[in-house]
Amino acid sequence: MRSVSVDLNIDPSLQIDIPDALSERDKVKFTVRTKTTLPVFQKPEFLVTRQHEDFIWLHDTLVETEEYAGYIIPPAPPKPDFDAPREKMQKLGEGEGSMTKEEFLKMKQELEAEYLAVFKKTVAVHEVFLQRLTSHPAFSRDHNFQVFLEYDQDLSVRRKNAKEMFGGFFKSMVKSADEVLISGIKEVDDFFDQEKTFLVDYYNKIKDSTAKADRMTRSHKNVANDYIHVSACLCSLAIEESTALKKYLLSLAELFEKLRKVEGRVSSDEDLKLSELLRYYMRDIQAAKDLLYRRARSLADYENSNKALDKARLKSKDVQQAEKQQQDCCEKFELLSKSAKQELTSFKGRRVSAFRKNLIEMTELEIKHAKNNISLLQGCICLLKN
Amino acid sequence: MAAEREPPPLGEGEQTDFRELEDGDDLFTSTVSTLESSPSSPEPASLPAEDISTKSNGPKAAELLLDDDREDLFAEATEEVSLDSPEREPILSPEPTPAITPVTPTALVMPRVDSHTMSIPSMFDRNQEEIEEEENGDMFDIQISVSDPEKVGDGMNAYMAYKVTTKTSLSMFSKNEFSVKRRFSDFLGLHSKLATKYMHIGYIVPPVPEKSIVGMTKVKVGKEDPSSAEFVEKRRSALERFLERTVKHPTLLQDPDLRQFLENSELPRAVSTQALSGAGILRMVNKAADAVNKMTIKMNESDAWFEEKQQQFENLDQQLRKLHTSVEALVCHRKELSANTAAFAKSAAMLGNSEDHTALSRALSQLAEVEEKIDQLHQEQAYADFYLFSELLSDYIRLISAVKGVFDQRIKCWQKWQDAQATLQKKREAEAKLQYANKPDKLQQAKEEIREWEAKVQQGERDFEQISKTIRKEVGRFERERVKDFKSVIVKYLESLVQTQQQVHLNLLPFCA
Repeated sequence: MRSVSVDLNIDPSLQIDIPDALSERDKVKFTVRTKTTLPVFQKPEFLVTRQHEDFIWLHDTLVETEEYAGYIIPPAPPKPDFDAPREKMQKLGEGEGSMTKEEFLKMKQELEAEYLAVFKKTVAVHEVFLQRLTSHPAFSRDHNFQVFLEYDQDLSVRRKNAKEMFGGFFKSMVKSADEVLISGIKEVDDFFDQEKTFLVDYYNKIKDSTAKADRMTRSHKNVANDYIHVSACLCSLAIEESTALKKYLLSLAELFEKLRKVEGRVSSDEDLKLSELLRYYMRDIQAAKDLLYRRARSLADYENSNKALDKARLKSKDVQQAEKQQQDCCEKFELLSKSAKQELTSFKGRRVSAFRKNLIEMTELEIKHAKNNISLLQGCICLLKN
Repeated sequence: MAAEREPPPLGEGEQTDFRELEDGDDLFTSTVSTLESSPSSPEPASLPAEDISTKSNGPKAAELLLDDDREDLFAEATEEVSLDSPEREPILSPEPTPAITPVTPTALVMPRVDSHTMSIPSMFDRNQEEIEEEENGDMFDIQISVSDPEKVGDGMNAYMAYKVTTKTSLSMFSKNEFSVKRRFSDFLGLHSKLATKYMHIGYIVPPVPEKSIVGMTKVKVGKEDPSSAEFVEKRRSALERFLERTVKHPTLLQDPDLRQFLENSELPRAVSTQALSGAGILRMVNKAADAVNKMTIKMNESDAWFEEKQQQFENLDQQLRKLHTSVEALVCHRKELSANTAAFAKSAAMLGNSEDHTALSRALSQLAEVEEKIDQLHQEQAYADFYLFSELLSDYIRLISAVKGVFDQRIKCWQKWQDAQATLQKKREAEAKLQYANKPDKLQQAKEEIREWEAKVQQGERDFEQISKTIRKEVGRFERERVKDFKSVIVKYLESLVQTQQQVHLNLLPFCA
């Protein structure tokens, strides 16, 4: 999962990881560890415990900070969701009577592994969020970020205060900015024009691909689970069998048990290297889109200030004020545009390397699994024919 | 881990019950089940229950053909053989004397005679060599294929016609290679005839696929969609397996109805099957089985073999059904996997088109192509899952149904024998009473009735012994076939899995290059 976003956590002056996490009934408690050489921190190494809501608070404060308007704000990690494995575990418990003991144990193991996988993924995605911040020159110096990393008490009080202060102002602005963007503000810069077209289209496509990849991964998992049941049934048949078929059935049962492990790995590799990759970049693209919205907003402000200046000049009233205003807007806009261009360019680079790395790794793993399957199958066929 | 649990070395057919059945001899014996050895057999103790002397060939046979009442069929037997209870080991009879042509027993064995379908079998010309050939374990040189499903007619009266091709060197057929067109109800008709003729004397008739109103309606309506093509293919394949299994059976192979089915260009339309399905026939034939089950008097089983086997088949049935359910789930999920992979492939292609970085765009398009090929492979694998694995299991579930039916027929047969004995007893008591009543005509009648019922009791016992013997042989044959079938299908199925994985491997390689 770390490979989803490349080149993180390489700066020794500030290194963050989540070495540990605890899953309680309804929440996950992450242990965030910081290793740093920066003087702004009190100690060179320290740990704090944070919840998912703390991460969201941090993300939101970054979004609300006007200084950062020209940056792509790393996407907030999604809420830990253990509903799916929990439901399946419950269903399994209900169906316990209809399976053999071994079958039940294996299914239980599978579900526990699934639960663990969800857990690992959520830890990874929270970790990557923090690591994105450390690798960014501006974010790594953010005061709230430092508080997040260092403050050794519960952050929940701060979270409440923040909500009261900002009230999600910027967030709602960003949401409605969709119309601003699409309503055709005249774009003077080719680069941003192309980016806009690209990102809007790409976002829709990658959202679709993520969903389809998820379904494909789940189907693989289902096939792997079916092999468990087939193997168990073959075993039961073999026990009752007294003819030469017994050996066949037992070998086949054993084979299916081995095959299902391989199939399970195919599924989880696909999940981590394809589905998770797509999902992560889908959110990143959304973050890039948000940046474009903010720029478009800034452009709108700039254009409005121009109009106001013209009006002021006409009426010869408050001209200096209007001039100042227009100057400010112009500066802001140009600064934002410059920074946005940089961000979007490096974003593309990041995306391309991450895709390349993960897709190649996934394919290599699938080839390995196919080879594994072939040797298992051929071994069994050999055994049966002799 | 299974390797540690090496089963006790079981050679094939090492079960004591069936050792004798390894030889081809018995196969022929089953063909001439009612004709077993003349009194000159060297092993008097192991003589079969029935003996039809050579005198019962020819004209007698013709007479018997028209006789509807089964019970009288064997009353013609002029020679009586010692009715020792059949030993555990099935009887090994020596080569039948040449005078006894194999065909006649078939005629005798068919008690319920539909005169319009009865034709004097032209098997009299089968020679000894062919018979010997057949003795060598179900290796009859005959191959059947069912192919080329064709829609005939329009609308709700439309039906599918299948081409049934027979390739054989057996001289009982007029040609070496020939084909006919048959429709589904023809197959049902054939199965119904065979089941009616043979199941109640202990032969296991292979199952025929079920009728499907939904499936056929789609076909009739003319929907050219993949699901109706699948339905037709599923049916064609099942019909082929039905015929393949039927011609492998030495007794059924000689049935004139079967030959007519394979050879005749025109068949009378099997009307009664419009309401009947394969399962329906079984139910009809086994109707008495329900009555038997409801009986409070349990059969006094003198032969533990039957009880054991019944239990064994019951277990096998349950296990097969469970396995079948799991495999059906597998087929379903694999089809889903194929569909989801295809959907992903399309999505990845669109993503690739959208991607503005040239190299990544190309890579995504490549990924899409690979996934598309893989989805095809998943679909092919799902077919193999189904046609090889799943259908094998459902065939055997139905076969076991037939086996259970045959066991129930034996109980019915026993009951009939017991009833005859009870009636005989009553008649004897009645006669005893009449002895003192001074009514000479009634006494005469009573004495005649006693003779009649004595014969029926003997017949009942013979029938029971015969059906018991037949069932033992049939079960042995069934078990051998089952082992063969499963072995061959399992290997084929594994090979299909290997094939799929190899293709997947091949398709993934260029992506990494």
